[in-house]
Amino acid sequence: MTNTTDKKIGISRRSLLKTGAAAVGLAAGSGAITGFPTIWAQNPITLRQFGTGVSNLNAIADKCKADLGITLEMTATDSDAAAQRAVTQPDSYDIADIEYWIAKKVYPSGVMQPMDVKKLKYYDKIVPLFITGKLTPDSVIAQGTAPHTVGFVEAQDAKTFAKEPTQWMTMVPTIYNADTLGIRPDLVGRDITTWADIMDPAFKGKAAILNIPSIGIMDAAMIMEAMGNIKYADKGNMTKEEIDKTIDFLIKAKQDGQFRAFWKSFDESVNLMASGEVVIQSMWSPAVAAVRSKGIACKYQPLKEGYRSWGGGLGLAAHLKGAELDAAYEYINWYLSGWVGAYLNRQGYYSAAMDTAKQFMSEDEWGYWVDGKPAKGDIMAPDGKVMEKAGAVRDGGSFVERMGKVACWNSVMDEDRYMVRRWNEFIAA
Amino acid sequence: MAAALEQSALVTSAKPTRRRLSLARFAPYLQATPLALILGAFLLLPILMIAVVSFWDYDFAAMYPDFLTTNYSDTLGSWVTWKTYLNTLKYAAIVWALTLLIGFWVAYFLAFHIRTTAMQMVLFLICTVPFLTSNIIRMISWIPVLGRNGLVNSTLVQIGLIPKPIEWLLYSEFAVVLAMVHLYTLFMVTPIFNTLMRIDKSLIEAARDAGASGWQVLWNVVIPLAKPGMAIGTIFVVTLVMADFSTVQVMSGGQSASVALMMKNQMSLLQYPAAAANAVVLLVLVLLMVAGILRIVDIRKEL
Repeated sequence: MTNTTDKKIGISRRSLLKTGAAAVGLAAGSGAITGFPTIWAQNPITLRQFGTGVSNLNAIADKCKADLGITLEMTATDSDAAAQRAVTQPDSYDIADIEYWIAKKVYPSGVMQPMDVKKLKYYDKIVPLFITGKLTPDSVIAQGTAPHTVGFVEAQDAKTFAKEPTQWMTMVPTIYNADTLGIRPDLVGRDITTWADIMDPAFKGKAAILNIPSIGIMDAAMIMEAMGNIKYADKGNMTKEEIDKTIDFLIKAKQDGQFRAFWKSFDESVNLMASGEVVIQSMWSPAVAAVRSKGIACKYQPLKEGYRSWGGGLGLAAHLKGAELDAAYEYINWYLSGWVGAYLNRQGYYSAAMDTAKQFMSEDEWGYWVDGKPAKGDIMAPDGKVMEKAGAVRDGGSFVERMGKVACWNSVMDEDRYMVRRWNEFIAA
Repeated sequence: MAAALEQSALVTSAKPTRRRLSLARFAPYLQATPLALILGAFLLLPILMIAVVSFWDYDFAAMYPDFLTTNYSDTLGSWVTWKTYLNTLKYAAIVWALTLLIGFWVAYFLAFHIRTTAMQMVLFLICTVPFLTSNIIRMISWIPVLGRNGLVNSTLVQIGLIPKPIEWLLYSEFAVVLAMVHLYTLFMVTPIFNTLMRIDKSLIEAARDAGASGWQVLWNVVIPLAKPGMAIGTIFVVTLVMADFSTVQVMSGGQSASVALMMKNQMSLLQYPAAAANAVVLLVLVLLMVAGILRIVDIRKEL
């Protein structure tokens, strides 16, 4: 259904999204999508959603309007501002789209309300990673702020997180992924297998890490542990001594000239890689895709120690009640019903309910993005550009291979302030 | 006018004239009111707020009104601050010296070697052409020039001058200084050109008639008279460099620190009171530097 829109190359992104939304809206009207009892068009409802921008996509708002009649007002901020706004202006939003480590900071302040899993139609379709912390029954629970550890509370009015899944879910996962190092396979000249490879003297002056303290420190921790310098009790919650050791190591590497640059924004990481200034660096998956779309070889290299993972979810503001609360539940049920999931999966992220998303993806798309199979035809981005040629295989392989090897989740440390201070010393050193 | 009114008020001290007198007395204040309001609302008040907030307490979510000096003791007690300030002052000194040297010679050439005023204006406008694009674009365009596979390196390697690309051209202090000199030289050229144009040519003729050499004319006549322009240019360049963060961030590849960059890091982590304390320290330092410059050169007297 949505594939037809992807083939229309040469139309502007906006008109494409419009026609796409209209086409699917038509399908919805003709009964292709069922199970949404209320049409909010007669009684217009607006939900104000704010968040970190990764999943604040206009296409989703357009589609939500077409399917449900609910108007979504979206505001994107960076993660620190999102955390602050969630706590200090709880009446300014209805839905918070935040990462799990932000929820760990925000939820205990009582500005959000949990969701009754009985009202979540697709609750049993949500990937178990977010329920029990285990993707498959025998996987190991990763370090850091693993989503399931902040995913539930004991009771509707409880502010402390439950150890086991309960009836009350704090956030419904939206989007998540596994991050690793990006490399220029044509320039590194050898196999890259471990996080420690970024410190190889052969790459002196050709390596970069990101200068966002809370994420950079995790990449540094993966590197430290891979080199055998230290064994963290929990990479996501270091002690002061562990922070000191990690930062001292980074300062030494910096003074030895190992790093070419520290990047702060997505486009900086793309340019560093595309220009060949850097051949190995911390990277995000859309940045790898952006380098590749310039015709430059770039690989999102799986490493033996595993991935650093992140995930976000939708949470309800405490003030929601009545019709607005119903609309919010309906929106979240719609979110999990498949179209959004397919849209996100097609960008290289993963969605919460993979089974429902599968119905909205072609067999080839599902094979490439989720099953790790070679693409049979060209793989298109949601805006209609060719992302991968036929025959390509996704770096890292299938969903289970990638998300099954998460070593740690993005997190917030108890010694957060100390860590940031030491990180600033690293940058100034 | 006010004096005339006062005189008439002395002559006739009738009631209506007294009302006119009081109005006249307020006239200067009324005239100053709009500017005072604007400066007060948009300059003094924000600075006061920054000063007040710098004493507040904070956590990740909010700021709490308080009177704490920890923001200052944290800022001034950390070696990062001192190193960063030293680094920023170093950039300021190098960039100031280079822009002064280049700026003075450009202005001198425009003022004394170009005969017609029309040509002077044309050339001066040409100097400003790069400024029609944004600061950021002019800065970022250095990256493809200086990069490892950039214009300079690939040319030098191709003609065989160097065996492999020079690494320190980009993402280094050299790159930062180069970009800053490029960005800020015009701020030196303009005021110096302005003062040089005001120099009475007969002074130079008189010096020559008295037997001064070209060098002596420059040293004893032109430079002393150009001092106010140099001082104004210096104030521009020094304050711009002290407050710069994007040039340092982009051209050093995030490897070098500047005071404003430190503040920006604190703000992005919502540590506003700490950033405010830093801003106050920087403001005091820059005001001291400007005061020092004004002590050496009296801008108003010599204009």
